[in-house]
Amino acid sequence: MTVRQPLPHDSGPLHVTGSARYIDDIPTPRDCLHIAFGQSPKARGTITSLDLSAVKSATGVVTVLTADDLPFSNDVSPSIHDEPLLAVGQVHYVGQPIFMVVADSHLNARKAARLAKIEIAEEKPILSVEDAMAAGSFFEGGPRTWSKGDAKAAIENAPRRLTGQFDMGGQEHFYLEGQAALALPQDNGDMVVHSSTQHPTEIQHKVADALGVPMHAVRVECRRMGGGFGGKESQGNALAVATAVAARLSGRACKMRYDRDDDMVITGKRHDFRIGYEVGFDDKGRIKGIAFTQITRGGWAQDLTGPVADRAMLHSDNAYLLPHATITSYRLKTNMQSATAFRGFGGPQGVLGIERVMDHIAHDLDMDPVDVRRLNYYAPAKGAEAKAIGTGKPFGAEFSPETHRPEPNTTPYGMEVKDFLLHSMTERLLETSDYKNRKAQIAAWNANSPILKRGIAFSPVKFGISFTLTHLNQAGALVHVYQDGSIMLNHGGTEMGQGLFQKIAQVAAARFGVSTETVKITATDTAKVPNTSATAASSGSDLNGMAVLAACDAIRTRMAEFLGQGASVTFADGMVTWGGHSITFAEAAMRCYQARVGLSATGFYKTPDLSWDREAGKGRPFFYFAHGASVTEVVIDTLTGENRILRADVLHDVGASLNPALDKGQVEGGYVQGAGWLTTEELVWDDHGRLRTHAPSTYKIPACSDRPPVFNVDLVDGENPEATIYRSKAVGEPPFMLGISAFLALSDAVAACGDRYPDLDAPATPERILMAVKRVQA
Amino acid sequence: MGLYAASMPNDILWTFGKAAGQDPMEVSFLLNGETVLVSQPATRTLLDWLREDRSLSGTKEGCNEGDCGACTVVVQDGTSVRALNACILFLPQLNGKAVRTVEGIGKDGLHAVQQALVDQHGSQCGFCTPGFVASMVAGHAQGRTDHDTVLAGNLCRCTGYAPIIRAARSAEGAALPEWLKQDAEWVAAQKPSGPAPKTSDDLAALYLANPDATLVAGATDVGLWVTKQLRDLDQVIFLNQCDDLKTIEVTDTAIRFGAGVSMTDVRALVAEHHPSYAEMIRRYGSEQVRNAATIGGNIANGSPIGDNPPALIALGATLHLRKGDTRRDLPIEDFFIDYGKQDRAAGEFVEAVTIPKSAPDLRCYKLSKRFNQDISAVCGCFNITVTDGTVTAARIAFGGMAGTPKLASATMSTLIGQPWTEATLDAACDALAIDYSPMSDMRASAAYRLEAARGMLRRYFAQSFGLPTNVLEVEV
Repeated sequence: MTVRQPLPHDSGPLHVTGSARYIDDIPTPRDCLHIAFGQSPKARGTITSLDLSAVKSATGVVTVLTADDLPFSNDVSPSIHDEPLLAVGQVHYVGQPIFMVVADSHLNARKAARLAKIEIAEEKPILSVEDAMAAGSFFEGGPRTWSKGDAKAAIENAPRRLTGQFDMGGQEHFYLEGQAALALPQDNGDMVVHSSTQHPTEIQHKVADALGVPMHAVRVECRRMGGGFGGKESQGNALAVATAVAARLSGRACKMRYDRDDDMVITGKRHDFRIGYEVGFDDKGRIKGIAFTQITRGGWAQDLTGPVADRAMLHSDNAYLLPHATITSYRLKTNMQSATAFRGFGGPQGVLGIERVMDHIAHDLDMDPVDVRRLNYYAPAKGAEAKAIGTGKPFGAEFSPETHRPEPNTTPYGMEVKDFLLHSMTERLLETSDYKNRKAQIAAWNANSPILKRGIAFSPVKFGISFTLTHLNQAGALVHVYQDGSIMLNHGGTEMGQGLFQKIAQVAAARFGVSTETVKITATDTAKVPNTSATAASSGSDLNGMAVLAACDAIRTRMAEFLGQGASVTFADGMVTWGGHSITFAEAAMRCYQARVGLSATGFYKTPDLSWDREAGKGRPFFYFAHGASVTEVVIDTLTGENRILRADVLHDVGASLNPALDKGQVEGGYVQGAGWLTTEELVWDDHGRLRTHAPSTYKIPACSDRPPVFNVDLVDGENPEATIYRSKAVGEPPFMLGISAFLALSDAVAACGDRYPDLDAPATPERILMAVKRVQA
Repeated sequence: MGLYAASMPNDILWTFGKAAGQDPMEVSFLLNGETVLVSQPATRTLLDWLREDRSLSGTKEGCNEGDCGACTVVVQDGTSVRALNACILFLPQLNGKAVRTVEGIGKDGLHAVQQALVDQHGSQCGFCTPGFVASMVAGHAQGRTDHDTVLAGNLCRCTGYAPIIRAARSAEGAALPEWLKQDAEWVAAQKPSGPAPKTSDDLAALYLANPDATLVAGATDVGLWVTKQLRDLDQVIFLNQCDDLKTIEVTDTAIRFGAGVSMTDVRALVAEHHPSYAEMIRRYGSEQVRNAATIGGNIANGSPIGDNPPALIALGATLHLRKGDTRRDLPIEDFFIDYGKQDRAAGEFVEAVTIPKSAPDLRCYKLSKRFNQDISAVCGCFNITVTDGTVTAARIAFGGMAGTPKLASATMSTLIGQPWTEATLDAACDALAIDYSPMSDMRASAAYRLEAARGMLRRYFAQSFGLPTNVLEVEV
């Protein structure tokens, strides 16, 4: 069967020969026009004068458009219509598009866009957390609070208490392919848009509104993206709408791609967070009650800040049973890029919050942080665990989970945790990584090394799978079987490198018992499958895999009914078999065609059993949880703060993998991206709100040598207890949080320099590490 | 590379060919086995030309500033096979060379590295892959196994690099493609052509007559003037055909580098004589950047954050300048007068630099957020001689600590003649604040820069007693 096979990415041979086509590679009509935005030089104020004469007369310029020139909707927001394509009167951040240049070349458009004379009556921008809190600059009217039990009383009555606060930075997506769109005008006012997007339906919707046409007049296509990571969930809207409007007005094809600097200056990034905590716990380290304050800067427009901040709240427990908890979340409106979706979608920030608390408790009690974690874990899945993991050993004797804990095994939002795997995963990973011995060796090494210090840390992740906006948990598919037995596959998911298309082709091939070569993967296309959700929330294969399965099975059932005439029919190894008959799938298709059996079907899926009351913060927002754990060892230089990952060991839960090679790729890549977020990747804005790290020269994602030189990655051989596609689990986002162990290991190394708890902020640049070293030494 | 460097006002780099940036220049080179003769504006980049004029869209634009490697191509000149960033490579720089893009690499069957990338799951989104392929092909042709260094200039956001390295390893030792030899034969048959100067004498005369021209050698800095600042350069003189600027002379006591020697070639030579300097150069830019960048360019642009000047100052290098037929020498630290201002007259250019052949006490420390392909927050170079427990000589210089690369005169004074002890070290650390008042920017705060500079001095001290101080040397 094709599922479970470690097949290479379907586009691998195209990638390595440069023949995989991205938006900017699509051959364009001869007279294609190119677009660039003129951007606001100020973070906040009123446009008092806009002189575009030099722009209009620049070489190659065809026309220049401002908000007044837009024929219909001037809005590219994915949420509350607060994000005009082109500024109207006010500007809200440095880089905000004010006008668009339409020119005969990309370079001429870029050159002309810089020639505007823009006068702005400046107001003091709201930039920092302090600025925004003081000004009461909140989205959604103010903070949101969700509670379980009575956290205040539990903290007050606890034998021990700790408080703390720390900052974690945002993160630039740095998809290698920048944002891009190409609009091709059709007859009758219709529009075809090629967009590098995770959300073709939203592009279709925004373009239709901007052109004043129904959605049926707009077709959006995306074969692949050169990386997305959440950055192409909503941030492609502006380019698609700009090209479509210009194409409508000019009657010519129009293309737009951001130069890298423009991309980083204009588009949103991961939300940064400040997390404060007050925790009450007992002498063993068990948490009695906890109160979190999560503050995030959402930038100038709401975009997806609401659900991102919600997910941070929903992951403030991570893997731990919190008997009493209160989480208060402030979503700040600031004069910066509008922060947006990024792999994990607030989850990593929430998880890092509680992981910091675990470390702090361990430091306070002089315990191994792993022991504090295991003590606070949720109770394991009943009976499932030993079977799922199979180290042959029961979970550790010393910290054996108390399955008889008095509290219900529920999250702070009231969802019962039924499939918790981390007890046995932790046991296995500690063993394979030789954690205990290495920790002792590191302590001995540090005692003899005055300048360099090593650190080691373990971190787990439990990540909730499903869109928290319940209606998004649906998907559609379209499958054709042609008379020669070849199969065309289409679904609503988008390919951004994660291997979704290959996984789903494996599903389709498995249903028909053929090889994946028989299945043609096609570009995501709003004309083939309508009303799709973004490929986001790790949901791509869960949702679309099931929709494709439904479509394939509809066709298969018809074929079987005709061929078998009541006998049982099997589809395997390229053959269709029933009774005493066995014919090739191609022959079966031909026979069905000639017998006028319908060989095309749509499929539909919606995730069952979800219920979520966002106002109350109660319900079952997630279908299931995916788990992972990692151990990282690092070394720091206490004279400069320079640091390096030495080794990482990872164990990750993907249920029964659809494709272990692709899943392993997600896990390795997720770890490195997560570690990058917390180490080298630093976003710096100046006092005027200008982003100073707007290119790879100044913003440093991990390079080759930053990956762990020893990198052991293993997948749990298990099955999702929920009825997901072939019992697999989502893998896009959860491994991102494995990188948290790198940050905690750096903190551990800093802790080796003195007695105080290292209040290390993220990202842990050499500068932050050196300053933390100085603090613990003081 | 680097926006910071690009935003420097009026840096005279390399320039020549005396073509207005927008005037067409005739250039001939080999592209994927086919001879091409093009007439293009002098500052048209290879990347734009490939994608827009040749419909060769396999080579990608990721950053347009030489920092991500998505645009990497393989270029053969007469002596080597090298990876270069096409986004900041002007067409005239290619005269007489052979270029292979990803389309040409696999033309007659997949190259071993291409197949290995497929087999090892080395591509996910695939957008960086053509650039990785080009870097890996060049590394493979050179027989390299230091893959982290070969690929330091190629960013991947999906894979975490592990499968790419597995692919590079698995392709080690595979047969070389036929086209490598064919391209080399074509290159060998070429004669210098085009309007660019062919010798430093030509250059001296041309530049004297056109002192406002921009000199272009590797274009790793000037390239960004064009791709990011969108400047139109009026006069451009290309140096790439001045072979006599690329010579290295080694005597019993000194090494003289022509200004046009690439950083790759500098690194190869100093590895034997100044290993710490060579290790610092390993982290300077990336393979692609070092293949293009020249030591003369890194000096002449006067950047306060270039990594060569502090090392050269600590070594006591002599700079050789030339204007027409007039030559003069000066201690290299005297060249850097102030931010954006160098001791260089109109029409005068850097012809060469000489360093001592031996400096066993030299240590170079490069501090940045990321180890590879990152501009230094602080670059500290120390050359301190201790004889019988007493400091008998000291030269210390830093980049990133002032408006220019600068000698730490006060610090040196507190060291020389003093016993090599903690007390002397403490005094020297205090003196660093006399020498430097660094600034805060996106790379580091002023306070951290000063603290890190002190840390480097303490590291040098600790190292002299054999203590482990380098995180890159810690065994896993």
